[in-house]
Amino acid sequence: MAQRMALSTNYAIAYAVKNCDVDVIAAYPITPQTTVVERLSEFVANGELDAEYIPVESEHSALSAVIGASAAGARVFTATASQGLALMHEVLFMASGMRLPIVMSIANRTLSMPLNIHNDHQDMMSSRDCGWIQIYISSAQEAHDTVIQAYRLAERLDILLPVCVCYDGYVLSHTYEPVEVRDKQKVLEYTPRVERPHVLDPDKPITMGVMALPNYTYEFKYQVVDALKRVPKALEEVDAEFADKFGVKYGLYEEYMCSDADVIMIALGAIASTARLAIDNLRSKGFRIGLFRPRLYRPIPVELWKSVLRKAKMLAIVDRAIAFGGCGGPLFSDVATMFINDSERPLMINFIAGIGGRDVTVRDLEQMGLMAFKSLEEGLKEQCIYFGVRGVDYGL
Amino acid sequence: MIEIRWHGRGGQGAVTAAELLASAAIMEGKWAQAFPSFGAERRGAPVQAYTRIDDKPIYNRSFIYEPDVVVVLDPSLLEGAELRDVLSGLKAGSKLIVNTKLSPKSLAEKLHFKGEVATIDATAIALEVIGRPIVNTAMLGAVVKTVGVVDPSSVLKVLEKRFSGGVLKRNIEAIKRAYESTLQEVA
Repeated sequence: MAQRMALSTNYAIAYAVKNCDVDVIAAYPITPQTTVVERLSEFVANGELDAEYIPVESEHSALSAVIGASAAGARVFTATASQGLALMHEVLFMASGMRLPIVMSIANRTLSMPLNIHNDHQDMMSSRDCGWIQIYISSAQEAHDTVIQAYRLAERLDILLPVCVCYDGYVLSHTYEPVEVRDKQKVLEYTPRVERPHVLDPDKPITMGVMALPNYTYEFKYQVVDALKRVPKALEEVDAEFADKFGVKYGLYEEYMCSDADVIMIALGAIASTARLAIDNLRSKGFRIGLFRPRLYRPIPVELWKSVLRKAKMLAIVDRAIAFGGCGGPLFSDVATMFINDSERPLMINFIAGIGGRDVTVRDLEQMGLMAFKSLEEGLKEQCIYFGVRGVDYGL
Repeated sequence: MIEIRWHGRGGQGAVTAAELLASAAIMEGKWAQAFPSFGAERRGAPVQAYTRIDDKPIYNRSFIYEPDVVVVLDPSLLEGAELRDVLSGLKAGSKLIVNTKLSPKSLAEKLHFKGEVATIDATAIALEVIGRPIVNTAMLGAVVKTVGVVDPSSVLKVLEKRFSGGVLKRNIEAIKRAYESTLQEVA
């Protein structure tokens, strides 16, 4: 039976992993992810989950261990955040390059220095282009459901790529809220085991993770590019099947009041949840503004995004990460690039906000919306605004 | 929607109390959030936690700046810089629920607070019933009594899921005693 419980996003993820009946979990604790694998280790210890739990000495080893297990055909899980993800960096490419359907949850946290355990998306954005499918969620329920969808997506034979489910550290990871924990039997029916054509088997020996020279490497890499191109349609199918089974549909993105909007605000994760209230407030004052929350962020379903965004006069893109020395935040750069060859395109303004756990309030988001309208009327004075940073005055 | 801000010191259980209250509301089919404001956690340092309860989904994910209810688990937070945090953002109609030996009237006078005040000697209850000055469940009883946002039986059911044996029995007793002895005064 499905059960409505009060769970933090971390625990909501642990329940989803348990009900997907994974075989191997390897993890190293790091705040604010720790309670995901802490709860999973309890499930394994008390017999609720029949899996191998491998405590390892680092995140580099955690991902390496689940790569080995996944190569042998196991359904695997790991979780991390911040420095842990940074330490995994070289191994991330190995997971996608070996086409292993690993699922990892990431409680997004800033990167040192200064040392800070709180949320921004710097960790994830620094590991954006590693061949992993990346899905950003904005509630504990969505995290629970997305982990279940992630196994279905990753293990499709036309995909076979690792998936990470990204969610704001503390803001989501440690917030208790209602979660419908999906019935285990139904979850298992939804995520049946798939026999992969290439797994390590002593009876049928093959080699995986080999060296390739310049005459083949490029084609290997392109196969990852090609598989990623199939992901948007595959996720739509996986999502539709989820809706049939569980009655909830998420889509590849969420749009709110975009159809007639002059300004569309774009934000990932928790900020996009709070932003809904800012949109309501600005709408009640007569501002035609909408909200666009990408869910699937790697790969970007470019044409789908553009079909919503191109109608606006101005895009207000909120980045919870800094691209040091770049042209703007990472999300801004992505959105700008997708319109670069269009003769008619919206203006774009970039807000960097919520760095190192700095709270982003409804009022902050209303102010960003107003700045976007002002820039639309009076012309763009600044393309990238470090919103709320002390000591800088943009005169807006 | 009702927004509650809990002020305690590390180790007193403010974060757990915020979560237990949200869990009780969720058990009743409501929507709720409970989350902590973690800093560099250490025993004895001031801690804030938050609970939001509504009968529809809650989208706001920022901290609570203008609470409907402020709960103070430790009387020492009513001095100096800590007092400023406790009183921050209180508006007309906000309620203040404090662990203190003072009566609501004398506390309101001492703080120059004009809203509704409830007081409870939660430390005395905790020491007597639990044997340690962990006041969160007693304060939860005072909140349930004063705010009336969840049914007392839901809180007891949540406790039964979380604790067992003597710990459960003692915490239920603390909640009941606080529920019975909380003093309220509308200014």
